[in-house]
Amino acid sequence: MERRRFLEAAGGALAASLAPRPLLAQAPPAFAQSADSQALVKRATRGKEARVGKVKLDLPLLADNGNSVPMKVAVESPMTAADHVKTIRLLSERNPEWEMAAFHLGPYSGRAEITSRVRLAGSQRVVALAEMSDGSYWMGTADVTVTLSACVDGTG
Amino acid sequence: MAARVQLPKDIRRGQVISVQILVQHPMESGYRLDADNRKVPKNAIRSFTCRYNGEEIFRAEMSPGIAANPFLQFPTLARESGELEFSWVDDAGERGSHTAPIHVAA
Repeated sequence: MERRRFLEAAGGALAASLAPRPLLAQAPPAFAQSADSQALVKRATRGKEARVGKVKLDLPLLADNGNSVPMKVAVESPMTAADHVKTIRLLSERNPEWEMAAFHLGPYSGRAEITSRVRLAGSQRVVALAEMSDGSYWMGTADVTVTLSACVDGTG
Repeated sequence: MAARVQLPKDIRRGQVISVQILVQHPMESGYRLDADNRKVPKNAIRSFTCRYNGEEIFRAEMSPGIAANPFLQFPTLARESGELEFSWVDDAGERGSHTAPIHVAA
């Protein structure tokens, strides 16, 4: 049992050290800071609690080019007048503008699902934050590794 | 600023449809350099609205975090035939709009 726990811990540490790291050395100082995604959520909800769940954010695990990354976000909701999604926000840890987009929906939407293409300045965690009609917040996240960052090197 | 809209072929009343729009816009990040090595000023579509027979059914606030030539797909409940009206404004204050007819079978 002891040995198993040790191996689990060691394996976890190894996986963490192998996890992709953002290529900070190539980025100019303005991009070097990586805001904590939880802090971003707090900022977007103005201090209110956001629960994890109901929101499914689809982004590729690996994006070859950060200039155009397909994104789909769907929120579980009956979308009735009494219970619907009001706003879905996309928050970025490393983009120059942390609030990438806000999509406003209502009962007339019928379904809470948005597809678009986003720009990502480096590997990061992207948060989709949904504000419901009852004032509660739900969130889902996606971690993306970006091999070619958008807008950091000035060439494209 | 040109745009292209795609709607499903057969739309029935009460059906939730996906509206797809592609707007021609560079969504300049403000970090890109032009041929003379000068920064291209930031210019993104900030506000985008879709109205269905005059009633707002979708609104988006965007930033350069949305890729150039923004593509948006959003749902709406098909109620009656009429017109979808899209309008947007960018950082330079330039406005664009597009309308698309929608045919709803009873």
